[in-house]
Amino acid sequence: MELIDKLNILADAAKYDAACTSSGLDRSGRPGTIGSTSLAGCCHSFSADGRCISLLKVLMTNVCAYDCQYCVNRRSNDLPRAAFTPEELCELTIEFYRRNYIEGLFLSSAVLRNPDYTTELMIKALGILRQKYRFGGYIHAKAIPGADPLLTHRLGLLADRLSVNIELPSSPSLALLAPDKKKEAILTPMGQIRDGISESKREIAVYRHAPRFAPAGQSTQMIVGATPESDRHILTLTQALYDRYQLKRVFYSAYMPVSPLVPVPQDFQPPLLREHRLYQADWLLRYYHFRAEEILDEGQPDLDPRMDPKCCWALRHLEFFPVEVNRADYEALLRVPGLGVRSARRILTARRVGPLNFEGLKRLGVVLKRAQYFLTCSGRMMQGLQVSQDSLLRHMISLEAPALAEPMPEQLSLFDNAV
Amino acid sequence: MPWTQVCYQYDGSYSGFLSCVFDSYVNQEEPAEFRTPEDMCCSLYPLRTVETNVEHAKRVYRSFEKLGREGRELAVRAYLTCLPERELWLWRFLRLGYAQGRKIGQNLTDPVVDKVRKAVWHLEHEAHQYKGFTRFSDLSGVLAGEIEPKNRVLPLLCPHFCSRYPQENFVLHDRTHCEALFHRPGPNGWAILPVADFQLGPADGTELSWRRLWRSFYDTIAIEGRYNPKCRMTHMPKRYWAMMTEFQEDYGAALPEVHALPFASKQSIIPPTQT
Repeated sequence: MELIDKLNILADAAKYDAACTSSGLDRSGRPGTIGSTSLAGCCHSFSADGRCISLLKVLMTNVCAYDCQYCVNRRSNDLPRAAFTPEELCELTIEFYRRNYIEGLFLSSAVLRNPDYTTELMIKALGILRQKYRFGGYIHAKAIPGADPLLTHRLGLLADRLSVNIELPSSPSLALLAPDKKKEAILTPMGQIRDGISESKREIAVYRHAPRFAPAGQSTQMIVGATPESDRHILTLTQALYDRYQLKRVFYSAYMPVSPLVPVPQDFQPPLLREHRLYQADWLLRYYHFRAEEILDEGQPDLDPRMDPKCCWALRHLEFFPVEVNRADYEALLRVPGLGVRSARRILTARRVGPLNFEGLKRLGVVLKRAQYFLTCSGRMMQGLQVSQDSLLRHMISLEAPALAEPMPEQLSLFDNAV
Repeated sequence: MPWTQVCYQYDGSYSGFLSCVFDSYVNQEEPAEFRTPEDMCCSLYPLRTVETNVEHAKRVYRSFEKLGREGRELAVRAYLTCLPERELWLWRFLRLGYAQGRKIGQNLTDPVVDKVRKAVWHLEHEAHQYKGFTRFSDLSGVLAGEIEPKNRVLPLLCPHFCSRYPQENFVLHDRTHCEALFHRPGPNGWAILPVADFQLGPADGTELSWRRLWRSFYDTIAIEGRYNPKCRMTHMPKRYWAMMTEFQEDYGAALPEVHALPFASKQSIIPPTQT
């Protein structure tokens, strides 16, 4: 089989993995090596579906011993199979990297024979890349659930980021769609990686040249919309993963039906908007000091498709507003719709020089059409602004409506469930 | 007494501009326009031609320390931007900065600071995008790439690419500003030089096959069910596309057959039991 065919098969098999980030680690290149990484990461292209291409995302092989119903590579699926040799994969990575096509390698794999054998193959490939080619670029490797802890550890010493896919948000769903995977089998390597990372950090504090284990942290991914879990369930799980496993990122992937065995409705559309709202909520957890139970509660188990979660929270907590721009602390500023991390930081900087007014806020990049209802400058609201709770809700929804791909049937019930 | 308004003419270099700043303070004049020999035309203001003086330029450059860390960075980078009348805005920024000192970097709501800050943000953003969107070709061992940026991004790209490819010989050509970054292995092995005429030789078969591999990867990695051209355009505006390998289709027929690839392997690691 020619290399281009292998690349097509193995990239096609890997494309459903959502994670393609090269962030979390700053490492400059050294003489004699090739490659560097940057803390913010770097997108090298964007594919036709609008997702970033940062890493060469391929599988080592798509020959799989498992039969997970949600997965395109399941054993029972009739599709062409291929495998890279470690040398091929290294040469591909290096030549793409030299031409600045990619920031590094994302190596995942189907389970060939058994998890240990698969992990050994990956270790071999990454070892050649790091030692023979002296590659210093980003490597994201998938830990294979069920592999020997020592093998996973060796994988983590070669990779910058490790990830274990949690796949589905609850164990009943897992039993339904991925009968060969158990919740424990997924969480055990996650905990092991977490411990490896913190131990490696302690060692580096003592010995500068101690080997670094997954220095860019670990991430995971779950499929949304294949099973009936609510957004609240997913967000609570996400938060638990951040808290307990110190993950850097949780990725969500809207369910794409890939198996004829799982019945899907005739006009099934992947829940892309839901995925988008979940990412917005995920950002609130990671950068905006929100907790999952603040964003959603029992009375409201799902995110509102019409509005971003921060707006929803603000409308449910009008007693928190207005926030005084010249006095409020960083956390309070972050809760204002239309204010992001950057504009909140700029406000902190700019108000050291003098009091801010609405014109100044506009210069700082605050989205006033959203934020004006929730802010005061030196005790005054924006001039000529009249608000009632009802009109506020309508206005916030209309602000977002043009950005949504199509008019949604939910808009009909707009006035029934006013907050 | 307000300073007299004068049109300044200089040679278009950064040290030339810094000499203008020096002279404007010596003569207590406010530049109303900056002119370079290329865009010379008659002006309503009295004309002053400033000779570039490296000593003066260095003194002005050292004075940027007074502006604090953020202010200094803005003052240095603003000259690389494509802001219309950037010299004038930069001069106003410096005047304000000398009056306000370190506070200038925090005074984000001031119209002058705002203008300069946004221009510098545009420059930095463009440089960041080019870190990803630049494409190199291997032309007999030398990596060569071309970009067409609005701002002068080469000085910002230089540390990135030198750190990324310490062992490579490479050239990165800026078409808009007719400059190129040259790099060879070794300490301080780089230079940004003006180039008048920049022509790349034809790519050989190996290079074409790598390009073909990349294009096929690019086409494969997109999920059809999520097709979203608008999102792609937001993240990667079309002005970048012309220089990117994945959108160049002009040599389809000239591509070599795949078996000519240097390492097309015969062996496979698929165990015989699998199909």
